[in-house]
Amino acid sequence: MTLPTLNFLAILPLLILVAATLLVLLADLVVRNKRVLTFLGLLAVAASLAAVLLVRPAAPTFQGMTLADELGLFASVAILVATGLALLLALERTSDFTRRPGAYVALLLLATAGMIVMAKASDFITIFLGLEILSLSLYILVGFAQRDARSNEAALKYFLLGAFASGFFLYGMALIYAATGSTNLAEISKGIASHSASLPFAPLLPIGVGLLLVGYGFKLALVPFHMWTPDVYQGAPTSVTAFMSVATKTAAFASLIRVLAAVWSGDRPWLLALAGLAVVTMTLGNLAALRQTSLKRMLAYSSIAHAGYVLTGLAAGNDRGFEGALYYLIAYTFMNLGAFATIQAVQRRDQNDVTTEQITGLSTQRPGLALLMTVFMFALTGMPPLVGFFGKLYVFSGAVQGGMTWLAIVGVINSAIAAYYYLRVTVLMYMGGATAAAGDIPRTGWAVWTTLVITAVATLALGLWQQPWMESIREAVTLLALR
Amino acid sequence: MFLFVVFALIALAAAVGVITSRKPVYSALFLLLNFATLAALYIMVEAQFLAAVQIIVYAGAVIVLFLFVVMLIGGGELDDIGGRNKKFLARLTWPRGIALVLGLGLLVAVGYGLLSGQLMTATNDAAAFGQGSVQAIAAVLYTDYALPFELASILLLVGMIGAVALAQPPKKD
Repeated sequence: MTLPTLNFLAILPLLILVAATLLVLLADLVVRNKRVLTFLGLLAVAASLAAVLLVRPAAPTFQGMTLADELGLFASVAILVATGLALLLALERTSDFTRRPGAYVALLLLATAGMIVMAKASDFITIFLGLEILSLSLYILVGFAQRDARSNEAALKYFLLGAFASGFFLYGMALIYAATGSTNLAEISKGIASHSASLPFAPLLPIGVGLLLVGYGFKLALVPFHMWTPDVYQGAPTSVTAFMSVATKTAAFASLIRVLAAVWSGDRPWLLALAGLAVVTMTLGNLAALRQTSLKRMLAYSSIAHAGYVLTGLAAGNDRGFEGALYYLIAYTFMNLGAFATIQAVQRRDQNDVTTEQITGLSTQRPGLALLMTVFMFALTGMPPLVGFFGKLYVFSGAVQGGMTWLAIVGVINSAIAAYYYLRVTVLMYMGGATAAAGDIPRTGWAVWTTLVITAVATLALGLWQQPWMESIREAVTLLALR
Repeated sequence: MFLFVVFALIALAAAVGVITSRKPVYSALFLLLNFATLAALYIMVEAQFLAAVQIIVYAGAVIVLFLFVVMLIGGGELDDIGGRNKKFLARLTWPRGIALVLGLGLLVAVGYGLLSGQLMTATNDAAAFGQGSVQAIAAVLYTDYALPFELASILLLVGMIGAVALAQPPKKD
């Protein structure tokens, strides 16, 4: 028996994150000042990011369990940036809701590791393990504000529905395995291409893909699998919501794109099913968001709608649409994290949410925060020249190119509906009479300011300056070799 | 063959015991007996690893968990479980009806498979079962599946941190 050569360089970012987690847990026992742990976490994220960008191993690695391609690199960068910003965001406020900041940082790092595994996985076994690592960490993080009944409820709800979704995932994977005889995406793709008709259990393949889609639907909060989203996003500590709303989406969409590329046959019915999901997701998300008085709930529904926009890109079924979806994920990472960071800055120390009433007249109390919130709201609406505009432009033009002009029209109408509730926030901040007492809003520390400035600058800059990294996106999509 | 019949009969009797016992603790203990005999059956078909896992995970961890829960919530006797005193037809509510149909369906399908020979493989072919040995599993686990194996250990680490973090009582106001 010969031992295979294991290409450890390929999982270097992961190794760094897990080693750092163990270090954080050990340091938790000896360090008095718990902020040191967050800095350790930030250091690990930076090191991991450097490893992702600088070390380019040859693919495939670990017997085809994980891929080190452009898509994986792209998603890893987005996820790590989100983790770094979430850590900064939590730096001054972790002690508000928990006695265990060490465990908080450790779980955030492990969730990141799970997401990177999922985004880079090219085998159903690794996809599932990545999914479980990220989900389990998030269930716990959501329930971290133990004194808050809403947080407890959110954790239990997320756990139960997440376990349910895992069941769909496993069942779908098992049926696809039965149909094609492999769990490896490359093998599955080859099997389907070479002898699709002669496979003994070929009819199981579409059922398996359908079940898998339901599983992804739960994780991505697509309608009608979105029920948990508002409660979980509202109940979780704000820094956790900021992290999970963007990073989970990046990981799951990257993985979904990989799976779709593997089982892809370009069939019109599948594309129409994705388009239908995109339409109900966008529309229901936006309509429900109109009526919310809690900002976190509003952003939760808005995140459902944004998942619909990204799905529009996948439903287009062409390179342009996939590029648009990836661009959108990066855009969403910055603008949504920024919006949640503002909420975190405005919310009172003993609270875990901000109502529309609390931000009325914010511009007189905190002009800086109000201005940044306006930037993020404009970006989420899709105003040029911010990132949100280009994200929408690319996914919708992908849909038009794919012969789904109606889908693009529905998307544009939805953006118009969404403008109402995003702009209402701005109107309230600038034109509402001052109801927020200045003393209610805690002093904004440097870490939160840093997060806000980074996200705001990125929201503006990545829209204006996109040439180099759009090329990386194009390469990622070309390598997938759709059809 | 003789041993198989003995173990099979014990397993069946234990399974019946699980669903007919009136005390949950007895049910759990019958389940333990059932798991143990199943482990013996696994050894007979040369799946030693599966047998060991069956004992450690199911008989060891799962049953202990069951017993803990049963004793925590009070393992008293269940009175009139499912309306024993009623007539047969009155007891046949719709969930039971569905369960009955599904159970009969499974029985028929397995019976057909056995009788028509579709479920019979070469039972005496040791090579077919050699895959269940510790060696065979280890050889695959530490080479082809090295990464998933390590990822599973990370998953356990997450569970451990989570249990500690959530079990600690929340901060006082």
